[in-house]
Amino acid sequence: MSELTPKLIGARVQRREDQRLLTGQGTYVDDHHPSGLLHAAFLRSSYAHARIAHLDVAPARALTGVVAVLTGTDLASLVKPVRAGSKTRDYKETSIPPLAVDKVRYVGEAVAVVVAESRYLAEDALEQISVDYDPLLVVADAEEARRSDTTLVHDEAGSNVLLSRQFAQGEVDTAIETAAVRVRERFRFHRHAAVCMENRGCVAEYQTGTGFLTLRSATQCPGLLRDVLADLLDLPEHCVRVVANDVGGGFGAKSSLYQEELTLCAVTRLLGRPVKWISDRREDHMTSTQAWDEVVEAELALRADGTIVGLRAEVTSDIGAYSIYPWTATVEPVQVISFLPGAYRVPHYRGRTQGVATCKAPTGPYRGVGRPITSFVMEGLMDRAARRLGKDPVELRLQNYIRPEDFPYKTPSGIVWDEASLIECMEKVRAALDYEETRRWQRQVQAEGRWIGIGFATYIELTGIGSAIPVSPGMPISTGTEAAFLRVDPSGTITATFSVAPQGQGHETALAQVVADALGVTFDAVRVVCGDTAVAPHGTGTYASRSAVLAGGAAILAGQALRDKALRIAGHLMETNPADLALQGGYVVVRDKPGRSMPFREVAKAAYGGLRRLPKDMEPGLEVTRFYDPYYGTASSATHVAVVEVDRETCAVKVLRYIVVEDCGRVINPLIVEGQVRGGVAQGIGAALYEEVVYDENGQLLTGSLMDYLVPTAAELLPIEVHHVETPSPSTVGGFRGMGEGGTIGAPAALANAVSDALSPLGIEINELPITPNRLFRLIREASKGKEKI
Amino acid sequence: MKEQRHIRLIINGETRSGQVEPRKLLVDFLREDLGLTGTHVGCEHGICGACTILVNGEAARSCLMLAVQADGAELRTVEGLAGKDGLHPLQNAFREHHGLQCGFCTPGMLMTAYDLLQANPTPTEEEIRAGLSAVLCRCTGYHGIVQAVQAAAERIQATK
Repeated sequence: MSELTPKLIGARVQRREDQRLLTGQGTYVDDHHPSGLLHAAFLRSSYAHARIAHLDVAPARALTGVVAVLTGTDLASLVKPVRAGSKTRDYKETSIPPLAVDKVRYVGEAVAVVVAESRYLAEDALEQISVDYDPLLVVADAEEARRSDTTLVHDEAGSNVLLSRQFAQGEVDTAIETAAVRVRERFRFHRHAAVCMENRGCVAEYQTGTGFLTLRSATQCPGLLRDVLADLLDLPEHCVRVVANDVGGGFGAKSSLYQEELTLCAVTRLLGRPVKWISDRREDHMTSTQAWDEVVEAELALRADGTIVGLRAEVTSDIGAYSIYPWTATVEPVQVISFLPGAYRVPHYRGRTQGVATCKAPTGPYRGVGRPITSFVMEGLMDRAARRLGKDPVELRLQNYIRPEDFPYKTPSGIVWDEASLIECMEKVRAALDYEETRRWQRQVQAEGRWIGIGFATYIELTGIGSAIPVSPGMPISTGTEAAFLRVDPSGTITATFSVAPQGQGHETALAQVVADALGVTFDAVRVVCGDTAVAPHGTGTYASRSAVLAGGAAILAGQALRDKALRIAGHLMETNPADLALQGGYVVVRDKPGRSMPFREVAKAAYGGLRRLPKDMEPGLEVTRFYDPYYGTASSATHVAVVEVDRETCAVKVLRYIVVEDCGRVINPLIVEGQVRGGVAQGIGAALYEEVVYDENGQLLTGSLMDYLVPTAAELLPIEVHHVETPSPSTVGGFRGMGEGGTIGAPAALANAVSDALSPLGIEINELPITPNRLFRLIREASKGKEKI
Repeated sequence: MKEQRHIRLIINGETRSGQVEPRKLLVDFLREDLGLTGTHVGCEHGICGACTILVNGEAARSCLMLAVQADGAELRTVEGLAGKDGLHPLQNAFREHHGLQCGFCTPGMLMTAYDLLQANPTPTEEEIRAGLSAVLCRCTGYHGIVQAVQAAAERIQATK
């Protein structure tokens, strides 16, 4: 492969997407109005666990403007049941019906669908459907659900434990029991939700004349949906098109197959008319996948000098009512034990995890997947250990990081870290904060009675995952490749088509930068098209911090292949050896002969034929598709630091300063990278301080609106400082590392540690997130009582 | 046939009219009847602010108004923010400062920022944060948005 000369890669290029999005010309799914459009509304269960004793939809069918009303039984004859398979041992596969049949398993589960001439009419008709539910006992808590052998969410599984898994290395029990220092904690990370500003929704359109199905959906994964929909609907794959134009946020919650998507496809096929469903906010809170609902009992052991000797953990993960397609219930529970040892050398390790079904909304991927929890736990243990040892938390981390000479480093769970700049990131954060001075200031203001704390968190994550490892354990579909299809028109403009599908990550800009550099043309010459399976090469979508690595790598391979052909054509036209030519900024130039050049558009024109314009043996045309598989993937890492103050009156936590130093390898566009980091940190701050999905013991959702589920506003957040360490990945084409999730992985841990540090005079160590004023008030009151007794 | 009312209003300087059911939300009228899909529906309960438009010069949630309530009013939506000579300074500043990612909240954010700068042409960072707290953004952490509004305010002042 010839060398890449970055010109646009690394430049702070303003986004091409912005012009349309700033002027109201985006095309989100709800902006699509095909003629003859019908509207769907779903009747949803008000019970968390109940038998459907009686369901009468006839009065709804009789209403003017209602075209169809379908139940779970109707749907069962139109589509195959969804079963999310996994080869993981001790995984119990279960079915997901498109609409509930016989029983409901969570509040909000769809029971019937009304299709009408307008959404208003469809919603009116829902009120005419009568359902009698026979309530069943509800298991709303994972630890309770695990113990129950009578109240089963899925009878076919025979247990609520749908998954058990263990990773072990060395003699962990001996190592821990003979260690000088042991810290043990029970950590609770409460359930969270992605809360995209655009609710989920889709428009399905089946053409009876051609047998062609188009689904427009607010999804991250058009390619993945296309493959599974063709299978479930028994349609040839080339007759199914899935399109995601502009999508209003995803963060993982739009990466799974949803029942509404499948139902709408079945309905449009039945009726031969296009059908739209747009979720309202309440439905979105009830039914979009939730995440991060774990209890982790963990113990870390160290030698007296601070060297880590062992770590063991038991994880209980509440996976909700269904094991979702395609990621399954394994995605989060297994990720927690895979990545728990974090950025440290841990010679002896055992992580055990269980995924437990409960009568709550299904869980799925949400930014960070499991790793916000691993950071919270491991970084929390590191700070506890530092306090016991009387060591500085920064020094203890530096002492235990995987060292530069250890890379490639194989973790106890079998993940290989190619390379990471852990020490450099920490040193840079320490300098950016002016750590020693900040500690001095902290001691001074603490003496005045203020509760100020400093908290660090380091993480390392696997990004750009290739074919050697499935994104979710044992998953039968391939997530290890992506492709780029580049087509040069006779005028010399380039259309670059990808099957990755962004929801705000700026692919149209970043991938155009990569293609332009790989080919040697200007930014404006390249147009990027994403998110339409009808035109894209085969692939799955945008998730798991993969697009820059996989699509970027494919873009480089394809761009360079195109350039090589273009130079052979140019060599023929210019009667020069192609080896002496280069393509730069849209011109073919002769090396060492300034002044002799040819515009790329002339080469492009020649490529499509004409009188002796091409070498005799050359195939006409100038287009190429290249697939890329990074095989293992690559490590991304960062260290975060937060400085916080706990208000003595209100127990509210205020973030005073937040700094990130991250290494995502070669940066394509710093503007976009910093935006991703800051957005990720904002979600992490929300997760740590404000956000929590709350269900009561009957499985009723108590946070079904944005008044109850508290997404941070501009008033709660602060300017977030971002610095880069740029270590090009040794294992990916282009040197890129994925970075879409990291901000959210580091922030909850950094904030928990900062609050623990602030309250260290009271001996309070945070082990439960979010740190709401209520929780903090109780902790402070308890701690103060203890003090009075002493 | 449900009862229909005739309404007539001025949107982005143009007179528009339509037949609507009294229960139809203003935002649905804008999007479905007039094809002005730049205004987005994010929550339908007045919290997220994505549907914010200007009604008689002031920011309002178009998901909390009925179309019939806007009869005779003068509205401005994101489609009417750019002038004949190009983008509004706020729009330019949002692009320069990466004040948007997925773009879904952006129309409501722009109209709210416009309203804020009308009332307070030289806001402090804290005032911008308080003013924009009426609109939720899940992508940016508000960093680029706050910078953009600050920059736009300065640019508007400088050209006065």
